Amino acid sequence: MRPLLLSHFTATSAIGRGLDASLDALRRQASGLMPCPAGLADLQTYIGMVAGVDQQRLPSALHAYDSRNNRLALLGLQQDGFSEAVKQAAARLGPARVGVFLGTSTSGILETERAYRQRDPHSGALPGGFNYQGSHSNFAVADFVRRYFGLGGPAQVVSTACSSSAKVFGAARRMIEAGWIDAAVVGGVDSLCLTALYGFNSLELLSSRPCSPYDSQRDGISIGEAAAFMLIERLPDSLDAGAIVLSGFGESSDAYHMSSPHPEGRGASQAMSAALASAGLPADAIDYINLHGTATPSNDRAEGRAVEGLFGAGTPCSSTKGASGHTLGAAGGLEAVICALALRHGLMPGGAQRSWPQAGDGPPDAAAAPMARNERITDPDIQLNYLLDNIQHPLQHVLSNSFGFGGSNCCLILSRAN
Amino acid sequence: MQPLTAYIKGIGLVGPGMDLWPDARAILRAERPYSPQATRLQAPAALPATERRRAGTVVRLALTAGLEAIAAAGHAPQDLATVFASSGADGSNCHAICATLASGDPLLSPTRFHNSVSNAAAGYWSIATQASAPSTVVCAHDASFGAGLIEALAQVVVDQRPCLLIAYDAAYPEPLYSVRPIPDAFGIALLLSPDASSAGAGRISARLGDETADTLQDAALESLRRAIPAARSLPLLQCLARSGTGRVVLDYLPGSQLLLELTP
Repeated sequence: MRPLLLSHFTATSAIGRGLDASLDALRRQASGLMPCPAGLADLQTYIGMVAGVDQQRLPSALHAYDSRNNRLALLGLQQDGFSEAVKQAAARLGPARVGVFLGTSTSGILETERAYRQRDPHSGALPGGFNYQGSHSNFAVADFVRRYFGLGGPAQVVSTACSSSAKVFGAARRMIEAGWIDAAVVGGVDSLCLTALYGFNSLELLSSRPCSPYDSQRDGISIGEAAAFMLIERLPDSLDAGAIVLSGFGESSDAYHMSSPHPEGRGASQAMSAALASAGLPADAIDYINLHGTATPSNDRAEGRAVEGLFGAGTPCSSTKGASGHTLGAAGGLEAVICALALRHGLMPGGAQRSWPQAGDGPPDAAAAPMARNERITDPDIQLNYLLDNIQHPLQHVLSNSFGFGGSNCCLILSRAN
Repeated sequence: MQPLTAYIKGIGLVGPGMDLWPDARAILRAERPYSPQATRLQAPAALPATERRRAGTVVRLALTAGLEAIAAAGHAPQDLATVFASSGADGSNCHAICATLASGDPLLSPTRFHNSVSNAAAGYWSIATQASAPSTVVCAHDASFGAGLIEALAQVVVDQRPCLLIAYDAAYPEPLYSVRPIPDAFGIALLLSPDASSAGAGRISARLGDETADTLQDAALESLRRAIPAARSLPLLQCLARSGTGRVVLDYLPGSQLLLELTP
């Protein structure tokens, strides 16, 4: 594929608002996970919550789009001068030449969950003033962002569960390549909701402790929320030194099971191979892999096998979900931003995670104290160079995996343009 | 703006009072009057038994339309990229989840949860047809058909490979119906290809414009077009059912409509 310039990017998640805070947390290997408050859900689990979302206020003209998900989107747009960059691009290229391609899995379903708690006890009617189109409809976040910037180009939401905001890069790339637009706002926004919390609980996929990807004692995910945005553009004639580009993109479907990955990581392998082929790169050109790494036993095993099969056991890799939690439909976008930070700063982030001692043969003991940092153990059955500590080293090409329910796989390759 | 051009190799359609494309084509040609009746769906035999039991309305809807389109074209599904376009996920399932979460006992069933993802139909499709090719799910509220058609055409033109578009929306039960009044199920599938050589339903070329979207003369069909996002495709289907030649304007986003040129 023809590379695309990632001219601006930003991310807001449990590890911080904007790039500086996120980079600082990655450098410290800090985790943003916290125990799920009883007021949110009656579940023994950890969550990655963004502070200050509820205090955001949408512009009054866009009041119909008010939802926690769109408040998180607005908070994200305001970081790192991202809004200004989009406005400048729209002024430079024309608003109709800028598209919007965002991923979400649950959109603003939280507002419908809240409305159902306020139904009329006799008629069952939802409370007056509840706006489905502006809040819960899958398109709401892209509709909001498009109107917020007054953009006129094509727009869509991709909703393929946890690969959503990786897949948007493909949609935007095709529209740019087809000549319909010159730039696109891409990314993902997903916010905490009961559907996801109780849903993953029903599948027994929630960890009772902060999630620990690729750990020998990993036992499930921690759900997080995030807003991540990138402005991507056709490559200009000359590039700044250190410019970051999207250089590869690959997708596949497992065709195996609705909520379990193919045990050998068949689809994962296919998506990574497709991304390498589209970038025209051999596997050994990849300097660091940001794994999907959700910390469920089966996901990490399947992805690990696929990565080992393609890259061997040497390529440094890690999952950053121990820091941010699994931000579901925003994960692809968030981790693309983390990869861009990795390239910019030559930082391979070690997994922000702890190991827990094995508590006999029974279920994991939630009250057990984590082991010391130097006692962390990655799964001995997965032969990867999984980073438990940060490595500072110049990077040229990095790869990011995002896999979702329904066997939906997507892989991005980001590179430094030289 | 360069138009996006592809060749239509197969059509699938199911909707209220429309049992597959030949039936709908007769209605759209005005060979027989349109009498709206509840959409009839069957669980596709292509699904393994476990998945067939778990498949909800949107899954049956999407698979019925998609399978008709590839059968019409005689195209194998395994290597076929798919674009699913829908305004939302399964409304009935969403209602059941939100009602459970609002009750004193918020425990969900695993099947409810995995059916709640917006790519449930895409996931079941890939399992049913053993399709490992890329698949996406595009949502744009009432503009979802237009967004899906643009995405599928872009895949054909840019990636130079066939692509199956499946656009579908199913009914929302009360109380969701009061805020999202989609009354019944409608699904349309178009198999699009860069290949001009073999037979098909014609050539489609798309660009954006600001003209007013076409409406349908028949009041019941026009009411269907307006009620279900996937049925915004009806002016295109009517043109394909009749001469297969002409200019069609479809609803897309505010201030931006989809201008289609059709030739045999």
